[in-house]
Amino acid sequence: MTPPAVRSTSIRFEDIDKRYGGLYALRRVSLEVAAGECIVLAGRNGSGKTTLLRIAARLVRPSAGKLSFSAQGSDESTVAKSIGFVAHATMVYDDLTAEENLLLFARLQGIAQPVQRVEELLRDVGLFDRRGSLVRTFSRGMRQRVAIARALLNAPGILLLDEPATGLDPQGTAWLAETLRRMGDAGCTIVMSLHGESEISALATRAIRLDAGAVVADTRSGADLRSILAFADA
Amino acid sequence: MWKRGFVGAAVLSLVAASAYASFFIAPTERTMGLIQRIFYFHAASAWAGMTAFSVCFVANLLYVWRRQPKWDSLGVSAAEVGLAFITIVLITGPIWAKPVWGIYWTWDARLTSTFVLWLLYISYLLLRTLIEEPDRRALLSALFGIFAFLDVPLVFGAIRWWRTQHPAPVIMGGPGSGLEPTMRAVFFFSVFALHALMAFLIVERYGLEKLRVELEIVRREAEAV
Amino acid sequence: MSLFANTTVLLGKELRTEFRSRELLTTTIVFILIVLVLFSFTFDPLSDEARRFGAGLLWLAFLFAASLMLQPCFLREQTNDTLSALRLSVSDPFAIFLAKLAANTLFLLLTELLLLPIFAVMYNVRVLPVLHWIALVFFLGSLGVSIAGTALSAISAQARMRELLLPLLLLPLLTPILIASTEVTSALLDRSPYVQWKGVGFLVAFDVVFLTALWLFGEYLLEE
Repeated sequence: MTPPAVRSTSIRFEDIDKRYGGLYALRRVSLEVAAGECIVLAGRNGSGKTTLLRIAARLVRPSAGKLSFSAQGSDESTVAKSIGFVAHATMVYDDLTAEENLLLFARLQGIAQPVQRVEELLRDVGLFDRRGSLVRTFSRGMRQRVAIARALLNAPGILLLDEPATGLDPQGTAWLAETLRRMGDAGCTIVMSLHGESEISALATRAIRLDAGAVVADTRSGADLRSILAFADA
Repeated sequence: MWKRGFVGAAVLSLVAASAYASFFIAPTERTMGLIQRIFYFHAASAWAGMTAFSVCFVANLLYVWRRQPKWDSLGVSAAEVGLAFITIVLITGPIWAKPVWGIYWTWDARLTSTFVLWLLYISYLLLRTLIEEPDRRALLSALFGIFAFLDVPLVFGAIRWWRTQHPAPVIMGGPGSGLEPTMRAVFFFSVFALHALMAFLIVERYGLEKLRVELEIVRREAEAV
Repeated sequence: MSLFANTTVLLGKELRTEFRSRELLTTTIVFILIVLVLFSFTFDPLSDEARRFGAGLLWLAFLFAASLMLQPCFLREQTNDTLSALRLSVSDPFAIFLAKLAANTLFLLLTELLLLPIFAVMYNVRVLPVLHWIALVFFLGSLGVSIAGTALSAISAQARMRELLLPLLLLPLLTPILIASTEVTSALLDRSPYVQWKGVGFLVAFDVVFLTALWLFGEYLLEE
């Protein structure tokens, strides 16, 4: 597993607002994510988890507030490129093969030796044998693996995942937990939204609960962490 | 409240005055007679419409840059008012053409271009009805508005260059072309009056739009609860 | 990665996707054929009139076909939210537009050149002596159609009634292309053919204006 290209990346959200028309999806959210932390975002549907992650991935502009990244020895634009994002949608092309998909994104990101990197990742996610098949023919779990492989292409220093275990069977979930653990050990900062407890949530060192676009709980303590997760769907 | 009424009355008086001038002060035109008087209204409306669309363009640019809802409100207000004036141009054109040329539509270069202009801004308004979310609607319609406005000179240029080869009657001479002094004065007074009307209508429509936006926010918040 | 490199990679993807299924190309070709045949029912295709109207009908058919062909352009990027993946991967969002409009221009040009001999036969016009000039006006016109069409397709993909909306937005906007391209093509198909440089220049101007506008405002079209 390639260690992250950029280490020790921290994220800062300062007074982030996101309005859609008159409705607030996020309201004055301020957070500091320290380098190497593994954070779980919990909350009901519509609480703002997805919006927060998409803002962090710089796909959505906040209506107000500031988002910044920092890492030792790297300027902000380099750091911003070192983000891996896994969403609800798979973000891969059904009409291309697994290999073609990954090669496309690898080349776009300017990854050195893309062919080798793609092969390495395909082996890691266990799809090397199916690399020449169209993604359309894959099961939901396999597609999710391709999606995660895509996010890992540039060995990101930040991983943002929106309910990444969706569609994964127990084997897949175990594999994902293992992958995230290794990324975390290598120094990657992880922020993920999850529903309920699992092997994946067990990796978290901090849990944040959102409700109606605002942070209502933020803890590093083990017991409180588990309780935040347990009440995630309340 | 009173101020608005006063301004409104003043504007309407101006328009009435220009109508009076068109009918009673301007001399009768030699060849076309009485019907030519519609020119003052027709051409001045075209100018007012174009000015309104220019306001819309600037509002669109400002919205894309600053993202303040007021620019979106101004844009839609200016577009609607502009469209109203352009509709007047398209109606008065045939009214003028029929007695003079015997046909309602002569594919005159300027009128045809105006029709395309009308279609573009109808599309702008139609686009707005098809996007629900206010911020998306504002941004996408602003961007379309910008593209549409950039297209306008190209439309007028292409039609003028290549569609005036055909012996199509020119609906009206350009302002100042062979207009004797009284006529010119009446024309520019009409332009002034209709611009005043345009400005007044835009401001009123803008006020209405702001209220509508507020109402929409309140309604969405109520639904969310 | 540079804009050029990104554009090339994305263009490769667009071409690969299309040539694998050939859906767009085949439906576009068939559609234009249908329109040409239908048009022929409305007047005598072998008369001198046809010669004069032919160029206009051809470009009208191209425009209608393009307004349909361009719909999937950004719609297909919504399927698995691949647009977000692209936005995250490229250094300059303009590469996404450049690649798509290059691909669209190519597809349009291909269908137009494939249909040219059929058109020439159906409407009895001589195209061989002026083939290279026709290719030029086809290219400049199709480029303009693609630039405007790609931009508006990004807009209509985010609205309701998108199937009807794109032609509605696009066709009035493309009036200058229709006029200028028809003029130039018509001059080339004339009994004594000549190149209408004014028209060629105008098409170039249209392409430059809209490409610049797309470059300035493209990233806003992709915002969420």
